Amino acid sequence: MASRTAERFAPLILLAGILLLWEIVCRALSVSEFVLPTPSSIAVALVEFAGPIVTNAWRTFWTTMIGFGLSIVVGVVLGFVIGSSKFAYSAMYPLLTAFNSVPKAALVPILVVWFGIGAGPAILTAFLISFFPIMVNIATGLATLEPELEDVLRVLGAKRLDVLLKVGLPRSMPYFFASLKVAITLAFVGTTVSEMTAANEGIGYLLISAGSSMQMGLAFAGLVVVGAMAMVMYELFSVVETRTTAWAHRGSNAH
Amino acid sequence: MEAASGNFVDFRDVWLAYNDELAAREEFAVEDITLSTRDGEFIAIVGPSGCGKSTFMKLATGLKRPTRGRVSIAGQPVTGPLKIVGMAFQAPTLLPWRTTLDNVLLPLEIVEPYRSSFKARRQEYAARARKLLATVGLQGYEDKFPWQLSGGMQQRASICRALIHEPRMLLLDEPFGALDAFTREELWNVLRDLWTAQRFNVILVTHDLREAVYLADTVYVMSKRPGRILAQKQIPLPRPRDLEITYTEPFTALVHELRERIGSIRKA
Repeated sequence: MASRTAERFAPLILLAGILLLWEIVCRALSVSEFVLPTPSSIAVALVEFAGPIVTNAWRTFWTTMIGFGLSIVVGVVLGFVIGSSKFAYSAMYPLLTAFNSVPKAALVPILVVWFGIGAGPAILTAFLISFFPIMVNIATGLATLEPELEDVLRVLGAKRLDVLLKVGLPRSMPYFFASLKVAITLAFVGTTVSEMTAANEGIGYLLISAGSSMQMGLAFAGLVVVGAMAMVMYELFSVVETRTTAWAHRGSNAH
Repeated sequence: MEAASGNFVDFRDVWLAYNDELAAREEFAVEDITLSTRDGEFIAIVGPSGCGKSTFMKLATGLKRPTRGRVSIAGQPVTGPLKIVGMAFQAPTLLPWRTTLDNVLLPLEIVEPYRSSFKARRQEYAARARKLLATVGLQGYEDKFPWQLSGGMQQRASICRALIHEPRMLLLDEPFGALDAFTREELWNVLRDLWTAQRFNVILVTHDLREAVYLADTVYVMSKRPGRILAQKQIPLPRPRDLEITYTEPFTALVHELRERIGSIRKA
């Protein structure tokens, strides 16, 4: 029990240790606030600019969530298609891989031309950067069915769709939730990157304007906020994952 | 009609190549299989690994169509997957997110006529599944998940899943291959009792000769790939059989005889 508690608090203790070391090093070497602000001055900035930070963070949050929602829908549908049909897989997979290796930040200027400055490019960048892992994981879950099980069901007259719905989809759920955890953090990256060049609101915009006015404390505060939001969402999906697909994680929690 | 002669499984000069290219090169997975069984007969097919035993299963279920020759089951030429068949394999392939009971019910959610009435008559079907599970000794495990069961219990559940829709034919592909010797013998008796009670047709594919002799009415020996049937051996041991019989002289002699046939395949 003691080691369990220790394990739970370990990240917090580590974080506190890092912050302390950071503070000490900055003060001991008298590092300029314009190069690397101390944790304490970041905290001060967080409080001082709480109003604008919250407004911008909220903006980043909802644009990310819309983009992420889109990527769940598109990722699941595409994953279902390429995971259930060999033909669709060989037709689409190379193109999708090529598309995935295009840096999404490079698409932002194009999205601006199409949708103007604002939420549009941010939502789409979040979507474009995060649908790929969801798609790949759904497809993998579907494509790795045991052939024996498929035979058992096909003999009974099961249609391909029966097999996919009764076996394929439930089976790919653990893969799906694992991919959501990766995808949500990517979605925050997408939104923030897009806001840096193509928005007048949001944490990305806040980072750029704080940087250009040399308010390093505020810039770092923005980073802290976006990191915290991504982490909270990640943990949320972890909880959903273990709740809904406990059968796949039986090794890690005592039953 | 040859099929009208009361045979249940009827293979006539069956050849199978997995695709046209292999057929053109005359590379067959099984060759020239002719075999027929009486209704209710328990047959075992033995042979070395990779001898086309599993191919034989696919032919008997209609999952594969023969390249040459014809397959009839229950008097009907096989033209597609046969719903009167239940299958179980070496791996239990239970779905880990379903309880034992729900795993056993899975075929009823798929095969007609159960499928269309499944929601309405679920209680009745569940009762039937519980009864079947009880006959194989899984009483009290209906609501456990597969990973909470031992390997032998999972295999029992897998056999129940194969039998829940009361198929006329049960196909078993090395079903006890992954179990320890004691559990295996226990499950021989489970299978023996199920068969004695219901008299479905059984095709048991195995490489355990004692298993084949203990359970089957007739044992067929298959050669290495391309698979051919080299020998057919009636097992005249009286029924009901119990494990004591496996230590008797006639039993050992039968096993020994089959073993020698397999040995001669290896040399050839």
